[in-house]
Amino acid sequence: MPNKIANRKAICDVLLEHAATDKDIVVLCSDSRGSASLAPFFEQFPEQSVEVGIAEQDLVSIAAGLASCGKKAFAASPASFVSTRSYEQAKVDCAYSNTNVTLIGISGGVSYGALGMSHHSAQDIAAMAAIPNMRVYLPSDRFQTAKLIEALLEDEKPAYVRVGRNPVEDVYDENNCPFEMDKATVLCKGSDVAIVACGEMVKPAYDAAALLEQQGVSTTVLDMYCVKPLDTLAVVNAAKGARVVLTVEEHSPFGGLGSMVAQVVGENCPRPVKCLSLPDAPVITGTSPEVFAHYGLDARGIAASAREFLEKAGE
Amino acid sequence: MASIAELEHLRWRLRRDCVDIIMAGGGGHIGGDMSVIDALMVLYKNHLNITPATVDDPNRDRFVLSKGHAMEAYYAVLCEEGYLDLDDVKARFSKFGSPYIGHPNNKLPGIEMNSGSLGHGLPVAVGMALAAKMDGRDYRSYVFMGDGELAEGSVWEGAMSGGNYALDNLCALVDRNRLQISGTTEEVMKQDSQEERWAAFGWNVLSIPGNDLAALDSAFTLAAQTKGKPTVIIANTTKGYGSSLMENKASWHHHLPNDDEYQRIVADFTAREGALNA
Repeated sequence: MPNKIANRKAICDVLLEHAATDKDIVVLCSDSRGSASLAPFFEQFPEQSVEVGIAEQDLVSIAAGLASCGKKAFAASPASFVSTRSYEQAKVDCAYSNTNVTLIGISGGVSYGALGMSHHSAQDIAAMAAIPNMRVYLPSDRFQTAKLIEALLEDEKPAYVRVGRNPVEDVYDENNCPFEMDKATVLCKGSDVAIVACGEMVKPAYDAAALLEQQGVSTTVLDMYCVKPLDTLAVVNAAKGARVVLTVEEHSPFGGLGSMVAQVVGENCPRPVKCLSLPDAPVITGTSPEVFAHYGLDARGIAASAREFLEKAGE
Repeated sequence: MASIAELEHLRWRLRRDCVDIIMAGGGGHIGGDMSVIDALMVLYKNHLNITPATVDDPNRDRFVLSKGHAMEAYYAVLCEEGYLDLDDVKARFSKFGSPYIGHPNNKLPGIEMNSGSLGHGLPVAVGMALAAKMDGRDYRSYVFMGDGELAEGSVWEGAMSGGNYALDNLCALVDRNRLQISGTTEEVMKQDSQEERWAAFGWNVLSIPGNDLAALDSAFTLAAQTKGKPTVIIANTTKGYGSSLMENKASWHHHLPNDDEYQRIVADFTAREGALNA
């Protein structure tokens, strides 16, 4: 049965579970509690909730002020807005002042489909990763999302987490979700292609590996939910054991996972690297699966790109 | 607590320290330093519940210098209060590898938040004030802004939320010196009717002569006594206050005095302090 629980709801569930005993947890929304699936938190813990209205700069600065006084602030707003409208607040008030703020970018990537480029966040990885002391996480499914939020509750540093709007197919299950903070998860190991993916691209990358296996192409897949700090050792190990490297991300071609992986591979174990991503253009109108298929970011497209790239590399 | 008579003398030494820091570092925002240093001094001497020994006390009052470019004035006050060593600041301000930079650096003792980019401090202080309410603590949060800074939209997001949450533990001060780097605030972007603007956002507004120490002292006291709404102090100051060479001249926003100008500025400070005894 397809999963019906969105990653954003998994975040709320973890926060609900801990808020009763940890009064320092504070959730902030910018008229976004519904779209963030955080309405239950506001209902059950109104004294630990802050509504700022449609004011993302205020959202992030207030979160930083709360955090400077000992709060664990979780500020949730659409990824398109919180990653760029309040970019400077993230840079100065969270990262530079080193406050315990987790920015949660909801409805990330092209989740908002038909709403247009204003609502798409195809720049958030590049933008956030360029800020010193800002971490960037794109969990791949609800189980990993929950583990990530549990881990973030344990530390006191700023972070940006991007999740999509709609439920995504599970990569893991309740009893099998290996997770180590800031370490990539190796989903499968192979010797021809190493695929590094993050967020909603992990599942199609994993499915692509199965297709490739049927065609005799041996594939490694890394779930690089920790885009920053990038697990460079995992990238190097995967690249060393393969002939070519493929990256897959729901992001602009520039400054995201692909750029970072290419830097690491180029420096440590040169291999051909191909970066699959959204285009450097407003994306076509459609649902996430339609958009992904159009740009070759579904399992078939990823597998086709891998084969083509392998052939090119072998010439 | 310091008496107004004591502060009337101290304000001149702090100005000398501030100008000496600027000379030692080879630059600084001297005009705005001179307009806001009196408010900084009065706040730290008589109102802010914090000492170098209590910088980590959860019950300490919070202060954010949102007009972070007035850092040299803040250094002078932090040195006077014992958080920093004046000789060390003068020796290393703006030098290679120094922690003493031109804007607040919260790796230094007593500084809560980094700033520099304008329009951040008020909403940060709103967060601090909300935290106090959530935790049932009675500390107060203060933030100082410039009047040119009021053109930043994020200031008004903070004003909106401060009023919305009726944060009577929050006090903002606007250094209303009516000058910014390009000219008068009214020429650059009208900032008239500040009293009405803040009142419309639900704030208690105190408009005072901003280089009048007794007026500043009373305003901070009144703000602390005001219940049910945050207070903004519109401190009508003089940019470059203390020396006729600098007063009300936008060109002194970030002007480094030459040797002759330095001597004239210090002589003005000395003369004005001397007039207290006349």
